[in-house]
Amino acid sequence: MFPFSYTRVSDTDEALDAGRRGGRYIAGGTTLVDLMRETVERPESLVDISGLPLREVRATEGGGLRIGALVRMAEAAAHPKVRTLYPVISESLELSASAQLRNMATIGGNIMQRTRCTYFRDVTADCNKREPGSGCAALEGHNRTHAILGTSDACVATHPSDVAVAFAALEATVHLLGPDGERRVPFADFLLRPGNTPHREQALRKGELVTAVEVPALPRPLKSGYLKVRDRQSYEFALTSAAVALHIRGGVIREAKVASGGVGTVPWKLPAVERHLVGERPSAALWTAAAEKAADGARPLKHNRFKTELLKRTVERQLRVVGGTK
Amino acid sequence: MSTESVSAVPPPAEPGEPSSAPTRRTFIATTTAVGGAAVAGGVIGGSFLVGSEEAAAAPPASRVSLTVNGTRRTVTVDNRTSLLDLLREHFGLTGSKKGCDAGACGACTVLVDGQRHNACLTLAVRLEGAEVITIEGLADGDELHPLQQAFIDEDAFQCGYCTPGQIMSGVGCIKEGHTGSPEEIREWMSGNICRCGCYVKIVRAVEQTADRK
Repeated sequence: MFPFSYTRVSDTDEALDAGRRGGRYIAGGTTLVDLMRETVERPESLVDISGLPLREVRATEGGGLRIGALVRMAEAAAHPKVRTLYPVISESLELSASAQLRNMATIGGNIMQRTRCTYFRDVTADCNKREPGSGCAALEGHNRTHAILGTSDACVATHPSDVAVAFAALEATVHLLGPDGERRVPFADFLLRPGNTPHREQALRKGELVTAVEVPALPRPLKSGYLKVRDRQSYEFALTSAAVALHIRGGVIREAKVASGGVGTVPWKLPAVERHLVGERPSAALWTAAAEKAADGARPLKHNRFKTELLKRTVERQLRVVGGTK
Repeated sequence: MSTESVSAVPPPAEPGEPSSAPTRRTFIATTTAVGGAAVAGGVIGGSFLVGSEEAAAAPPASRVSLTVNGTRRTVTVDNRTSLLDLLREHFGLTGSKKGCDAGACGACTVLVDGQRHNACLTLAVRLEGAEVITIEGLADGDELHPLQQAFIDEDAFQCGYCTPGQIMSGVGCIKEGHTGSPEEIREWMSGNICRCGCYVKIVRAVEQTADRK
């Protein structure tokens, strides 16, 4: 680990001031400290924001939810409002990491976490995300766990978060605070696809701070849930996953929110699946037909061809679990 | 690996100065790439030289006061020091173990302000005012914590390396109330790896202790 200076800040003005001068924000630190030890991350100055007043979960007008950036994963998962309004968020969090890490890591940090691509984490390997222009060792390397959607010739790394998949499905908004004030960015625009600039991962301006994630109100009753498929039963990143939320009234699906994880360079929203569901009556045939569209545009690599079929089956099963089989 | 390469390994870091040497993986990859004897006096030696220069220039340090097992302690540490290294190297509390040093195995689990955390991923300088409980602080005098006793009664370990972390994590798991069934315990204890594979008995020890509460 390289040496760094350390500052603790107690209000957002102080934080933004330090951020403007090039300081790197640290919240739970579960990703950053790990990557600093591997010398993948080499910040010269850490700004400890854990004392900022961003730890509130509250319902918004109309039945949405605002989760402060510094709410711990464990707190968010267990919060009664999260559990009752959006089970998909609680489930995605509780299927992430370990109990220890969930006690430490924050919601803001979770959506900012960096890829688990082994070549990104190995400073001796070529990686355009870590060292722009150096190449991508994963393209022809061990790419079984890599992305099949949203990839480019420069990068095929997945975004590792589970709760970000739920946020993407629910069309959340990320609240940011920067030197020029507050702004809100739709979740779909916050995390960036790699393109030719895989080192740019978020639509953040210099010194900007994530302050909250807001989930919009959806019509009720709403059923939702998260399914995660992985190599071992617990404490593992997703090979595929599905976040599903359905509003069914009068026997007809009126709203459908679906996204997948483990397959995309960013959490992968599935609008074609959603369109296929809305206006239809739940049935086993409908789930199958809708899920068939989940892998549209997939570009599998040598070792992850299985993900195309696995993704469809993951989505189909979670539609069945959430929507019933009638 | 050649003996020259091995001789290039620096001595253990002084307390307060965690090594900035390459990780094992980086070291092996670099020596493999550059190859053999040239490495000892070349790339790796050079990179260690950088390390000692950094140490000579006194890397940024901070003062932090925290309570460990009921005792208030104030120390000035290199900002890079993890809570795990603070406990083991500075305070001589070697019960908490270093397994992966990456938050993947749980051997370093301690309670920070009553919650189970990975000490290896916690920077010590961030713990101003925190209350830390380690395996050494769990017993009440000569009387073991019920979960410590249950691990003995159930024979819930073989080599014992993961045991302090398992027990601290189990205390957290019981406190969080995730002990409704063996399946629930397994899920909520999945951040603690046991290479000997004593999971059945570990789950039993946690379950019995939770039931007695």
